[in-house]
Amino acid sequence: MSLWEYANPVKFLGLSARVQPFLWAAAAICMVVGLVWGFFVTPDDYRQGSTVKIIYLHVPAALMAINAWFMMLVASLIWLIRRHHVSALAAKAAAPVGITMTLIALVTGAIWGQPMWGTWWAWDPRLTSFLILFLFYLGYIALWEAVEDPDTAADLTSVLCLVGSVFAVLSRYAVKFWNQGLHQGTSVPVATGGRTVSDVFFYPLALSMVGFGLLFLALVLYRTGTEIRLRRARALLARRKKDI
Amino acid sequence: MPDLGKYAAEVLGAYGLSLMLIAGLIVLSLRKGRRARADLARIEADKDA
Repeated sequence: MSLWEYANPVKFLGLSARVQPFLWAAAAICMVVGLVWGFFVTPDDYRQGSTVKIIYLHVPAALMAINAWFMMLVASLIWLIRRHHVSALAAKAAAPVGITMTLIALVTGAIWGQPMWGTWWAWDPRLTSFLILFLFYLGYIALWEAVEDPDTAADLTSVLCLVGSVFAVLSRYAVKFWNQGLHQGTSVPVATGGRTVSDVFFYPLALSMVGFGLLFLALVLYRTGTEIRLRRARALLARRKKDI
Repeated sequence: MPDLGKYAAEVLGAYGLSLMLIAGLIVLSLRKGRRARADLARIEADKDA
């Protein structure tokens, strides 16, 4: 069995229908437990007070905002190299999820920043690169809507996705590239494991991060199924028009 | 409800807005998915008829 078998829409929809109930259930459990644990059970931070509770939304949303773009990058590359329609449609399906996560990260960051930094916004490297990533998401979605031919739209959006990946990388590593600005460094560096967050905050945060990741997967699978059906419906209508 | 102190508005605002955005995304995705499923079923039924 090869992974490429799932480039076949029927096989993809079959697998997707089988795994989705588990993904939705696991996402709901992890998110509810993580957020309820973080909001109701964890203590206030000695310096930030109760605003530390925003971390359970802000960090997972920011993580998924960047990861969604990387998933779109991989799907776009598969489209450009192997011309599998499902991969182009998966990238299209992920964009609204990614932009929602980016918006949540920006909004919760601003709400958190106001009492802690004394400002809603600063032209800090991480904040600015995130804003640019948000604009790339907007452009990506607009381009899909603006181009009528789906294959041309997939080509153009894939190239845009490649260009935008620079800002996705910058969003992730901006605090390391430019050691300046208001935004703190990474609290949970996955690669090194040397986290700066206390266990009492970390465990509900980790659960919330897993929940956001599973929700992203469930939504992308569901939305890709929708895009496949819309494409099939358009093809059938076009064929019928041709026959008439 | 935990005592959120002087930052209650910020914390509740962040949670309210985020959960509203997530719920909106899920509802819109499900609505679009249902409509696509129904449209395709109708078109395929017309084709077979």
